[in-house]
Amino acid sequence: MSRDEKVDCSRRNLVFATAAVGGVATVATAVPFVASMLPSERAKAAGAPVEADIGKLAPGEMMRVEWRGKPVWIIHRTREMIESLKKVNEKVADPESKRPNQPAYAKNEPRSIKLEYLVVVGICSHLGCSPTDKFKTGADSGIDADWPGGFLCPCHGSTFDLAGRVYKNKPAPDNLEVPPHYYISDTRILIGEDKKA
Amino acid sequence: MASTNFEKFKSDGSLMGNVMEWVDARFPLTANWKAHLSEYYAPKNFNFWYFFGSLALLVLVMQIVTGIFLVMHYKPDASLNANGVPVAFASVEYIMRDVSFGWLIRYMHSTGASAFFVVVYLHMFRAMLYGSYRQPRELLWIFGMFIYLCLMAEAFAGYLLPWGQMSYWGAQVILSLFSAIPLIGNDLATWIRGDYVIGDATLGRMFAFHVIAIPLVLVGLVAAHILALHEVGSNNPDGIEIKKNKDPKTGIPLDGIPFHPYYTVKDIVGVVVFLMFFSIIMFFAPELGGYFLEYNNFIPADPLQTPPHIAPVWYFTPFYSILRAHTVNFFWVDAKLWGVIFMFLGVLVLFFLPWLDRSPVKSIRYKGPIYKAALAIFVVSFLILGYLGMLAPTEGRTIVAQICTILYFLFFFLMPWYTRIDKCKPEPERVTSK
Repeated sequence: MSRDEKVDCSRRNLVFATAAVGGVATVATAVPFVASMLPSERAKAAGAPVEADIGKLAPGEMMRVEWRGKPVWIIHRTREMIESLKKVNEKVADPESKRPNQPAYAKNEPRSIKLEYLVVVGICSHLGCSPTDKFKTGADSGIDADWPGGFLCPCHGSTFDLAGRVYKNKPAPDNLEVPPHYYISDTRILIGEDKKA
Repeated sequence: MASTNFEKFKSDGSLMGNVMEWVDARFPLTANWKAHLSEYYAPKNFNFWYFFGSLALLVLVMQIVTGIFLVMHYKPDASLNANGVPVAFASVEYIMRDVSFGWLIRYMHSTGASAFFVVVYLHMFRAMLYGSYRQPRELLWIFGMFIYLCLMAEAFAGYLLPWGQMSYWGAQVILSLFSAIPLIGNDLATWIRGDYVIGDATLGRMFAFHVIAIPLVLVGLVAAHILALHEVGSNNPDGIEIKKNKDPKTGIPLDGIPFHPYYTVKDIVGVVVFLMFFSIIMFFAPELGGYFLEYNNFIPADPLQTPPHIAPVWYFTPFYSILRAHTVNFFWVDAKLWGVIFMFLGVLVLFFLPWLDRSPVKSIRYKGPIYKAALAIFVVSFLILGYLGMLAPTEGRTIVAQICTILYFLFFFLMPWYTRIDKCKPEPERVTSK
């Protein structure tokens, strides 16, 4: 069409309007397809809380339970382990747990309800690997000579202390997540739910 | 399209001739045959590096054919069977042990995946050697880069399907990359996974992407890549345009020869040599010492236990190294996000190569010492990054990876300057045969 030809504006507007409505309809058609990829109702319902019995967990040991398909660790910390937390305050990125990776009742130096028991989700905040426990201290750990015990992520080398706090200048940006949990009795923990008031 | 420039087929009265005439009157058969094969004129000085385009096409066909037969037996199901093994993992074992020749078809497919990347990396390197991405082939290069992106997505989705430990944790790491995006990251990662962790939902969609969605796009892009190539014509090791010197009578480039039969026959030689190497690996070392099939992937996926050392398959390791090399937070951005940004940038920067290279000549044969040195440093950095990506990180290795990451990006970011000041040699008028 040459430039000086007369344009029928009302017809052109009709073309634009039709294209706009068609475009909206096309975008709207994408909605069910995009939404179908979200977690299904069954996947959402599968997040039920799990109970863990810590009666037989000896000091210095850890146990793993599965919650929402993720590993949750429960570590029974010894006196030395608890004391080591103070020593590494300088070396960890977020010693006071200011970033929101835990419920309010775990926002303290040992990141736990009870001093002895640490409950964390065993998934590295970097890219989702599960760190391995390195409870041996010093050079035996293979990490460094004054290693006070903690966790090492095998994927990208992030290290965490015995409260799940990440060390500075490591790829992981955050402390390990503390899941909502509470003590049903002295030896039983319910993971996945806060205590109801 | 070229179809109008060719005359329709005229029958000589024979039955075959009549059939041809009938078809050609209704479909541009001879026109396409001539435009893309018998009258597509390619430079006569192609060398070794020009095998890899046709080899990539061969591997693509091989992957599609073997894939079809694997889908007949494979089951994308993460639930546990009666023996406590995930169904998907068990179905791969079933293919390997019980399906007749299943082991051969699967090894063709798994070796084919690595072969695809070998061939494509060499094909891309050829383009960097001879400036094949330069004007007028920018769009051809961009189509090629999209093919490379598709291949990476295809390989990633395919690697999840056997549902072994490396499948699971590799996918966990890569899909978690999306969670590094501020604000929407976590929701986006959940949407991609279809669950709060990698699970059956993730396996199902990766299967759909791997067997239908990405291959469809891939085949379309390959068609676009070849159409773009045949529109502008092939580059050559001298990096000069053969269309500048045409026979005044016929209009055929003086340095061009018909693709068929000259290059079809030449490529058959390449195919035979390639298949020899391919068969040696497939029959005698299909795992290639853990580089083509990682040992940890022979253990069924366990969501509670990350293997002590995880690394992606070799073709992703250079970018994986770049991801790991970022360990310092700065500008209020987490190191994690910097790693993700630069890993993607490491691939995306290649798209801009046609506009970064300001050299007056295309081919390395006539480029100056600065570019030659820069390309050598780039290749060495890329290889070192790839090697380090397979190893567990230590402090020393991280420093080496950081240096190589910087060199990798400097090759691109400084290219507009060093290519301009480089002392190039004059290009010849006509192609040379060395």
